[in-house]
Amino acid sequence: MPDSRSADPERQLPPDSVGLVTPEVAHFAAPLELACGKTLPAYDLVYETYGRLNAERSNAVLVCHALSGHHHAAGYHHSDDRKPGWWDAYIGPGKPVDTNRFFVVSVNNLGGCHGSTGPLSHNPETGRLWGPDFPVVTVSDWVHSQARLADRLGIERFAAVIGGSLGGMQVMQWSIDYPERIASAAVIAATPRLSAQNIAFNEVARQAIRSDPDFHAGRYAEHDAVPKRGLKLARMVGHITYLSEDAMGSKFGRDLRSNDLHFGFDVEFQVESYLRYQGDTFSTTFDANTYLLMTKALDYFDPAASHDGDLARALSPAQCPFLILSFSSDWRFPPARSRELVDALIHAGKRVSYANIVSPYGHDAFLLPEPRYRAIFSAFLQRVAPASGPEDTSEEPRP
Amino acid sequence: MRADLTIIYDWIAPNAHVLDLACGDGVLLEALARHKGVTGYGLEIDSDGITGCVARGVSVIEHNLDDGLASFHDQSYDQVIMTQALQALRRPDLMLHEMLRVADEGIITFPNFAYWRHRVHLGLRGYMPVSKSLPYAWYDTPNIHLSTFNDFEHLCRDQGLVIVDRAVGVGNHRGHWTSRWWPNLFGEIAIFRVRRQS
Repeated sequence: MPDSRSADPERQLPPDSVGLVTPEVAHFAAPLELACGKTLPAYDLVYETYGRLNAERSNAVLVCHALSGHHHAAGYHHSDDRKPGWWDAYIGPGKPVDTNRFFVVSVNNLGGCHGSTGPLSHNPETGRLWGPDFPVVTVSDWVHSQARLADRLGIERFAAVIGGSLGGMQVMQWSIDYPERIASAAVIAATPRLSAQNIAFNEVARQAIRSDPDFHAGRYAEHDAVPKRGLKLARMVGHITYLSEDAMGSKFGRDLRSNDLHFGFDVEFQVESYLRYQGDTFSTTFDANTYLLMTKALDYFDPAASHDGDLARALSPAQCPFLILSFSSDWRFPPARSRELVDALIHAGKRVSYANIVSPYGHDAFLLPEPRYRAIFSAFLQRVAPASGPEDTSEEPRP
Repeated sequence: MRADLTIIYDWIAPNAHVLDLACGDGVLLEALARHKGVTGYGLEIDSDGITGCVARGVSVIEHNLDDGLASFHDQSYDQVIMTQALQALRRPDLMLHEMLRVADEGIITFPNFAYWRHRVHLGLRGYMPVSKSLPYAWYDTPNIHLSTFNDFEHLCRDQGLVIVDRAVGVGNHRGHWTSRWWPNLFGEIAIFRVRRQS
């Protein structure tokens, strides 16, 4: 629900927060070849970092974001920010991704709409907005672009690459494409490939966007339009799949907004009001072409495909220990999908630990605080934290 | 380490690839990995146990043993261990079969219901035994298939398995000579090492 409290200038940020953070931009002038065969001549990546890189550069953790997420994973952009970053429950001093020990990097993926090069950027060859012409990017492309960012930051090897949902897929791809650059991997609420049902939901979302009269074949920006209705519908469908039936039931039940039934099509049930609110908010903050691209990246992800469907073989290059977590009520990527990944890792002889966290909150559970999730995630990351912490900051900086 | 785990530790070959069913907090696997170069996985259902394993760097899979071992290929392990879980399974006989499908050798420990103290509890006092090895009341026990040293030997014979070795634990120690001579009476914990007939 919208928070109507006004900004409080005296507001103290929580002590276990990474505090105020500012995104940074890295520009890459070298072309990036994409899986689709096209080449991005140059690109920007927007990212945030929390904590400090140690002298050995061995304490970096890469956080990969999910479908509608971006680089802002923890902390606040302004002292009156209403909400912290999307994974703030797990990143910060003393939290599982402990910024007292780790240097955390979180990137906005290529094709995104929060600063990294994407459909809202200009195509240098035409001078026009990329819009629908922005090439289809894949999980693999993201991983390659992130590896270049790591080079730029002087990180040869990540202590951990972690992520939930679509972020978890990037983690899998990292372990396959750059096995020597990743010391451990946490794949949370993810799947080694989408089911037909998942793809079906994504297609409904895409059709909602593409059939909006304001879509203009993706050139809505040039028409000064935004396919808001389509985006709203897409988000509403998505949102239903992220929650569980129980979570919706306990949150809204069949509660009515007023006491009478109106026998019409206005909002009558609380859950309708909630979905419309979520959809409206999303449609003003997210780009339609990006949504299309990201859902396609989800659909295409299938590392086993190039190995005759043999996932164990696809994962054979991986060298690091894995932590795989699923959530009992997640029906978007149910525990059985995580077990497929676990079994493939077992068959490939990899080090893997797996736990299914009991939670009523569906797919969204990976973003929510939960003691058991916290305990096991912490235990895993404590194993990979290097002995030496960040650089000593007690010295005065040299002039 | 628990008495039965100490005995098992000596039975595991260096550099073996093992599966530890009901591995608890992974203390055995950690010791085996550290000192004997052993690799493999633990299976566990208890959440604190799983977190304990992860904290020790032991690979652990959350898994209910009653669901079988379908995730593991035939003969893909050197040894498979199951400590203090046989009695809590829905079908101990099927699990024994599964264990020797995935590995050449199985090591199993369970509380011996025929231990003399248990006999006294039930025979003389008329109560279901409650002891260190059976620490539950009859109404809240997870143990649904209690058996004895003799019962297990019978089961092995029925399944055509060879008992390579057996040992007993009493309290926190390896069994006294009396328990080695009369394990069914004086052994509190039964410890077996079995193989398929070659």
